[in-house]
Amino acid sequence: MMTQIVFYVFATVLVLSAGMVVSARNPVHSVLFLILAFFNAAGLFLVAGAEFLAMILVIVYVGAVAVLFLFVVMMLDVRFAQMREGLQRYAPFGAAVGLVLLAELALAFSHWQVAADIASVPHVVAAPGRTNTAALGDVLYTHYVFLFEACGLVLLVAMIGAIVLTLRERPMGRRQNIDRQHERTAADTLAMMTVPLGQGVAANGGFRRPEQSYYIASVPGSYGVTAEPVPQGKPAGAAPADGAPESGHGADNHGGLAQ
Amino acid sequence: MNWTLALPEIVLALCGLAILVFGVVQKKGQPFLSCSMLTIGAFVLTAFLVVVSPDGTGYNHIFVNDSFARFMKLLSLAGGALATMLTVGYARELKVERFEFPVLLLFSTLGTMMMASSGNLMTLFIGLELSSLAIYILCAFARDDVRGAEAGLKYFVLGSLASGLLLYGSALVYGFAGTMEYGAIQTALSATSAVPMGLMIGIVFMLAGLTFKLSAVPFHMWTPDVYQGAPTPVTAFMAGAPKIAAFALLLRVMAGPFGHVAPQWQILIEAISIVSMLFGSLAAIPQTDIKRLMAYSSIGHMGYALMGLSAGTEEGMRGTLVYLTTYLLMNVGAFAVIIAMRRKGRAVTGIADLAGLGRTDPGLATAMAIFMFSMAGAPPLAGFFGKLMVFYAAINAHLFGLAAVGVVSSVIGAYYYVRIIKVMFFDEAAAPLDRRPLSLSFVSVGMGIATAGFLIVLGPVSTAAQAAAQALFR
Repeated sequence: MMTQIVFYVFATVLVLSAGMVVSARNPVHSVLFLILAFFNAAGLFLVAGAEFLAMILVIVYVGAVAVLFLFVVMMLDVRFAQMREGLQRYAPFGAAVGLVLLAELALAFSHWQVAADIASVPHVVAAPGRTNTAALGDVLYTHYVFLFEACGLVLLVAMIGAIVLTLRERPMGRRQNIDRQHERTAADTLAMMTVPLGQGVAANGGFRRPEQSYYIASVPGSYGVTAEPVPQGKPAGAAPADGAPESGHGADNHGGLAQ
Repeated sequence: MNWTLALPEIVLALCGLAILVFGVVQKKGQPFLSCSMLTIGAFVLTAFLVVVSPDGTGYNHIFVNDSFARFMKLLSLAGGALATMLTVGYARELKVERFEFPVLLLFSTLGTMMMASSGNLMTLFIGLELSSLAIYILCAFARDDVRGAEAGLKYFVLGSLASGLLLYGSALVYGFAGTMEYGAIQTALSATSAVPMGLMIGIVFMLAGLTFKLSAVPFHMWTPDVYQGAPTPVTAFMAGAPKIAAFALLLRVMAGPFGHVAPQWQILIEAISIVSMLFGSLAAIPQTDIKRLMAYSSIGHMGYALMGLSAGTEEGMRGTLVYLTTYLLMNVGAFAVIIAMRRKGRAVTGIADLAGLGRTDPGLATAMAIFMFSMAGAPPLAGFFGKLMVFYAAINAHLFGLAAVGVVSSVIGAYYYVRIIKVMFFDEAAAPLDRRPLSLSFVSVGMGIATAGFLIVLGPVSTAAQAAAQALFR
């Protein structure tokens, strides 16, 4: 009884949210409803006892596919309003296609016959106390370990390919020299200032961050800077760390690296 | 579980990962050359492991190692190593000077090795995908080159379609047999007298998917464009290892699980063989680009090699294996010469650009002449023995029509091979080609000697091929 209630709750929400996916005006809402639909489908799988499928559905469809959809919808400038304009005109055709499909499905299922000796086909029987996930893991990492690892190699090759075909070394790429980044002290980039009460920085003539503090940990050639950054520890014109209000010399700081 | 059976594959995969890491760490230096050398080293090491690997099946009948698998693996390792060697000389000029290149070649070769050892339809598919996926990337490797990108994209789209067909065919076969193991399918097939329609359709779909990888007619459309657009070392590789592996699958699947229904598919293979041979020889005649010419030539060669399979006998399989060995030798050699065709720092691929090579560069011209004569099937070069063995098998299997078509098409094919020799030795000399790097000379001379002196190694090769063919029918 309880199972049935749970099933109907999930199923109802699933169907409703699926309907909202096609009818929502805002495409972002559509994708969000799609995610809701996926979650409810996962719930249905759980009701059916297929917890592995439920997890996969959430991880793959919600975690990857739906988020990808969301990215596409938000990043591409698709004029959805324009796409909907023809709805009135095309609705009869859509309905006709739907009807034909429905009729065909009805035909197919009305002649569906289950073989008489279906019971004699050996079924995989779950051992008592074993979950689907454990059973799948058992075969995946024993019988099929060779194929499993080979699939890993296929994915690795795909990854290498994606990098090889798309990665370009750009002069404006922003990469860090990790050693230098670790050696960096607060004094290199940070100036402590005592600003009098009631006055802003602007009132004291303004302060500009030492120019090379942007580049101090960068790899030569990144940030579009061709010259070697000034070695750490001797930042030309860096503000002293004692908190003295050194301000108003923003223009002097420009020369630090650009030469 | 006997996991050591797959030791060559495991070692090659680990070497690939290590070389990849080495290349990434070395990024600031010039890791291409060192990675290429390491890759060749990995191939040699794996070849040694393949030679000493024991017979048997492992991983729950997913993986099979027998003399057939060893033969095919050695061939594809040789193809991979030679293709890597071909890249070394002109890597920068060909815009492939990145360390991922040899790594991808390595993984593709690994895929072909898995295909050769497949004991299960899943291994077949995953091996095929591993090998093909790496080749799609390699085709588009010179990504700023419009033709290279076109080649990669075209091959990717069509290749995925072929993989889909193959997968659908496998699904139908699984639907019939309820298992994907070759041995179990064979048992299921031998238990039934009538072949159900679904199974037949499945076999046809699998054949279509595999013959696409072989570029046999009618699934050859991609070949000329992809061969022309891809970087030449990749073309040399594509014409070698993956085709050998696709043949390994075809031989293993057709002779093993589907061996009992041989009369049903033999006629199909025969038809593919006939049209491939004829199309390969006729369509190559008007070509002016040597890479396109090699593409049509490879279509024809696949037709000859399929002749052995259509005989459906042990002798036929042996013929096919010897044919593939000779094809690998002369093909790699011919591509070494094509890569060496550079004038004033630019690659030239027209047949007319070979004019007068006999005077300006007699060594290269002689090597090319050997490869062309061998491809035409002139005795006593390597190509002759391959053709002889498949023709012999076809006649012994009473496929007289097939053999006759083969003879006629090799006569037609001889025309365009000999035309290249005529252009090289008797035409007005064009400007001389650039000096070529040592690696290309090494490969072309080595393959030239191997092609010309194949008679000496014919005995051992055909003995190994015999053992391999026997393993298939056991």
